[in-house]
Amino acid sequence: MLGLPAYVYLVVFFAVPFFIVFVTSFARRSATGATKYDEFSTSAYVKLLDPLVGTIVWRSFWIATITTAVCLLFAYPFAYYIATRRPAVRNALLVLVMIPFWSNFLVRTYAWRFILGSDGPLGTLTEAMGREPFRLLFTPAAILIGLVYGFLPFMVLPLYAAIERLDWRLVEAARDLYADGWTAFRKVTLPLTRSGIIAGSLLVFVPSFGAYVTPAILGGGKDLLLGSYIVTQFGQARNRPLGSALSIVIMAVMLVALMIRNRSGAEEI
Amino acid sequence: MTKAAVELSGVTKHFGEVVALKGIDLAIADGEFFSLLGPSGCGKTTTLRLIAGFEFPTSGSIQIHGKEMALEPPDARPINTVFQSYALFPHMNVERNVGFGLQMKKVNSNEIATRVGRALDMVQLSHRANAKPDQLSGGMQQRVALARALVNEPEVLLLDEPLGALDLKLRQQMQIELKELQERVGITFIYVTHDQEEALTMSDRIGVMDKGELLQVGTPKEIYESPTSRFVADFIGDISLLAVSVVSPTEVRLSGGGNVPADTSNAGDGSHWLALRPESLHLVSAAADVPDGMVRIPGKVRHRVYYGDSYFYDVETTAGSLDVRQENRPGLPTFDAGTELMVWWNPAAGSLVTA
Repeated sequence: MLGLPAYVYLVVFFAVPFFIVFVTSFARRSATGATKYDEFSTSAYVKLLDPLVGTIVWRSFWIATITTAVCLLFAYPFAYYIATRRPAVRNALLVLVMIPFWSNFLVRTYAWRFILGSDGPLGTLTEAMGREPFRLLFTPAAILIGLVYGFLPFMVLPLYAAIERLDWRLVEAARDLYADGWTAFRKVTLPLTRSGIIAGSLLVFVPSFGAYVTPAILGGGKDLLLGSYIVTQFGQARNRPLGSALSIVIMAVMLVALMIRNRSGAEEI
Repeated sequence: MTKAAVELSGVTKHFGEVVALKGIDLAIADGEFFSLLGPSGCGKTTTLRLIAGFEFPTSGSIQIHGKEMALEPPDARPINTVFQSYALFPHMNVERNVGFGLQMKKVNSNEIATRVGRALDMVQLSHRANAKPDQLSGGMQQRVALARALVNEPEVLLLDEPLGALDLKLRQQMQIELKELQERVGITFIYVTHDQEEALTMSDRIGVMDKGELLQVGTPKEIYESPTSRFVADFIGDISLLAVSVVSPTEVRLSGGGNVPADTSNAGDGSHWLALRPESLHLVSAAADVPDGMVRIPGKVRHRVYYGDSYFYDVETTAGSLDVRQENRPGLPTFDAGTELMVWWNPAAGSLVTA
């Protein structure tokens, strides 16, 4: 009985929308762009084989991969630092990590638009030096910065949880057995915090792969990414079956990735 | 004594405001089985961690075979540790755990395989070489931890309560195995424990610690039979402590009156007690039964407890209460609670302790 609200929530906000998208992906687009449910059609899935879709998927995949890698690179030392502080300092730092969540994501992304634009600090500085104002806005680098900024906490938190759980005596044991600091990290700390690395990477990769808001605001819409492409199908292109089919395929890919992760997780400890 | 394997001089350790070690001076000989004994929080584990290099002393020097090492990292010291919780790497099998140190020292892989094989043979775990630590029993993990340390042929082996997690039977068996192993390999063992029996049965020498200080260092016999401080006397085994005052180099006065012989040559400043072990006290029904030259005082049995191999008496005397252990042997008299009797002991059996 206590679980009922949760089930209602899941049905209303997850199962029903998913069902609609799933059904729509097998619908037909009429010549005028209306979505017709009168016959079972796989034409939307066939259209996914279009090289344009391939290019977009590939580009999104790369952006997501680089975002994940950069997040990992920044987050690991930071999470390590937090996890090795006294409890009081630790909690303060964790609050700092989560403070951005207290304000609207859209507002924060627009703030980046200012920072990265030609009116921003870098632009003003270069202009003062008598050069063309430097602008990162509307470049892939701006998208990357925005994504890394937005998803960094999702990498920090699972990494923190994994590092905090680490049995430090194992690191001492490695040092005792003649491993220098870096080798002990590589041979013991890193493998034993793998669960955090995998969890964090998934939490960053999945939303970056389908990100819409950040590329739309910071990327200037020049190089199409998956999120924008899907939104376009539901909007201007009036091709809901195609947008739905693409969404379903991406979801399926993510599901497979999750299953692989769970299997590899089972091997641990 | 040959050159010390490990020598600590004036070692102190502060953790913020807390003083964990108040100045330790200690020399441990090559090939010795040395135990650091004390209650939890006495500083014994901190001492071990300083020798291992996991912590650095606030002041003082730590020499290993004459080489100053107080500030060297653990990987630079010719020392290995068997951790209290074993600290086996959970993501590596037994073979890779044991081979870890040799791999770090860049020993070639053929030699690693040979030496790991030999080490596993020594602890009788060759058949579990491919098992992960969590697939092994506590006793087996213990032996892997031992093999992982010994395979490196360290100059000194540190053991931090290595038997604490094992059940009694296994612990007794491992005590014997450990002692035999130490005699066979001839490596200096520094063994941390809070278990006095373990320390007494295994060690060549024991250092008793309390509140960051090393109170007494000696052979198990010296520590047990001639404690110098009230803490050491009280911490190790059962003991009765009678408050006394020193009256001459060979005599003390009991608190209830009456002088008895005791060696007071080592008496320091402070309050004094005469410490008497339960097994060195004897009970007889009349003063006439006390052998000549023995110390005697009258008493009354308050309780008697039956232990199977012995009877344990709580005897009240004018000087204080005495715990007495009498063997349960046919022909020896037993005394009921309330019985008036005489307690006697050999003057050499009492130790004068100071606090």
